[in-house]
Amino acid sequence: MDRQKRNLLLNGVGLILLGGVLFLFSRYGSDYHIRILNNMAIFITLAVSYNLINGICGILHLGPNAFVAIGAYTAALLTMSPMEKQLNFIIQPLIWPFSAVQAPFLLSLLAGGVMATVFAFLISFPVFRVRGDYLAIVTLGFGEVIRVLCNALQGVTNGPLGLKGLSPFTNLWWSWGVAVVTVLLITRLINSSYGLAMKAIRDDETAARAMGVDPFRHLLLAFLISAFFSGVAGGLLAHLITTISPSLFTFFLTFNLLIMIVVGGLGSTTGAVLGAMLFAWGGEALRIVESPMNLGLFTIPGIPGMRMVIFSVILMVVIIFVRRGIMGQKELSWGWIFDRNPR
Amino acid sequence: MTSTILLQQLINGISLGSLYGLVAIGYTMVYGILRLINFAHGDLLMFAAYIAIYAAALLALPWYLSFPLAVIATGLLGILLDRAAYKPLRNAPRISLLISAIGASFLLENLALVFIGGVPKAFPRPEIFDRVIPILGLRIQVLTLYTPVVTLVLLFGLLYIVFHTKVGKAMRAASKDFETTRLMGINLDRIISITFLLGSMLAAAGGIMWAMKYPQVNPFMGVFPGLKAFIAAVLGGIGNIVGAVLGGFLLGLGEILIVALVPEMAQYRDAFAFVILILVLLFRPTGIMGEPIIDKS
Repeated sequence: MDRQKRNLLLNGVGLILLGGVLFLFSRYGSDYHIRILNNMAIFITLAVSYNLINGICGILHLGPNAFVAIGAYTAALLTMSPMEKQLNFIIQPLIWPFSAVQAPFLLSLLAGGVMATVFAFLISFPVFRVRGDYLAIVTLGFGEVIRVLCNALQGVTNGPLGLKGLSPFTNLWWSWGVAVVTVLLITRLINSSYGLAMKAIRDDETAARAMGVDPFRHLLLAFLISAFFSGVAGGLLAHLITTISPSLFTFFLTFNLLIMIVVGGLGSTTGAVLGAMLFAWGGEALRIVESPMNLGLFTIPGIPGMRMVIFSVILMVVIIFVRRGIMGQKELSWGWIFDRNPR
Repeated sequence: MTSTILLQQLINGISLGSLYGLVAIGYTMVYGILRLINFAHGDLLMFAAYIAIYAAALLALPWYLSFPLAVIATGLLGILLDRAAYKPLRNAPRISLLISAIGASFLLENLALVFIGGVPKAFPRPEIFDRVIPILGLRIQVLTLYTPVVTLVLLFGLLYIVFHTKVGKAMRAASKDFETTRLMGINLDRIISITFLLGSMLAAAGGIMWAMKYPQVNPFMGVFPGLKAFIAAVLGGIGNIVGAVLGGFLLGLGEILIVALVPEMAQYRDAFAFVILILVLLFRPTGIMGEPIIDKS
């Protein structure tokens, strides 16, 4: 059996196993477990697409929260019925095209992704004129501008009140389905000639240019694809928690994604997946430090902010002492497991 | 709009701008030497305000002692920040350094949240800054007038250090070339520490002035002044100290005037700075007074 067939078969088996686990959870798991699993899948989608920019292209982009917000608002505005929209927009009515349209969930998710991609395209010209710290601060600024717009454009976003009462369409199948598609597509991209070019730009942009790689074209491609999946994940997130407001999409979200991909290993899709899973699980496990603890005789009050202290310390320790994270730039693949001389 | 209101807004703009300028100097100094956006710079500003509050409340110090204490303590905190978060990464890729800076910023904010709490604290404004004096038919708080004066005095003090002392010469050398500076027998770590000390002390001065202007101190109060001051530094030409203050003035004036002239823009005020940043980077990436950026890798 040649490698390609074997890998296809193993992928299929893996997917069936994942499906089985999800089926068991959707049948017998508690709401709590299902919510963590949904979070996990959305984080995987976000982290893998974020890693495409930060890890593979080696560019510190600090604005994925903007694309998640755009995707979330677009998808939410499409799935809500005109009736619900009227109930939500009490201060200022929703402007025309949005007030009348309604679309099924899948279409809304895709529209959210497309809208995020359009915005990514619009800002790509100022963004990729600069590199390094400047690029970081411009993308961070873009995230802030989008947040300000979400607050200010009441006719579209309902301002600080946000959108309430979205239908909870997101279930395990949707969230994990999107996560699997994202991982497969982005892995294909990374292993293609485009991916090689992106890594070349990361390692040495001048040398890559000398070899005939056009940095702008490749960075733009990665940026658009990353924005698309971030937007789709935003739509999923909106229909998971069913209430969105501008405060959900601050720089804090970007910071969390940064922790995931740094801990997993910048530049590794496997690492991003592991980082996202660890974060979803660890974030829940660490909740105890913020909730009051009853020790029988006396109670320790919960300390808000303690979780973020721990996360920030983890981020700094990893970046200072174990810069490679869990995976470094390596990938876990069937070839790596079974072949003696993996390609 | 009447001319008195315009004048009032101009004064407010200059006052806000001089605060941005004060904080921007620290960004520009650190960037000049390490080529790093010190994301935690704004959070040092927040710590300065808290230290000033606690020095006044717990040690019962008068303001002319508590403020210098806060400035010195923040300066030392700046050195500690460099030693803990940036020094181990001197030879690492720049992306690691930036991520460490972001981590340090979140760490400082959340440490403040854990140990001090999220409830805003009132900043005790000394009475002498509270007086209101009439000028040209306007009633202006003296604090508004002192702020630009403080900024200019500190600016000239800093310019003296940078351009007329040995330490300043070493700092200027380090901003051009690490290796050669080291070959000249200069202790680079010491110079970097001094840079952080001076920059953080200026941030502290800015933080105290900020807290007197908006006397609500909370763990996240440094985020926006920090970001905007960085943009002011870019606007003025990163690495250039006079440019940072000039950029601060322009940004502060612009923010106040755009809201004064077009009141509907008030809710977009926080986006204004970033739009300016994008325009500057598109059309004049070196800023107003900047020299071409040297890539020090």
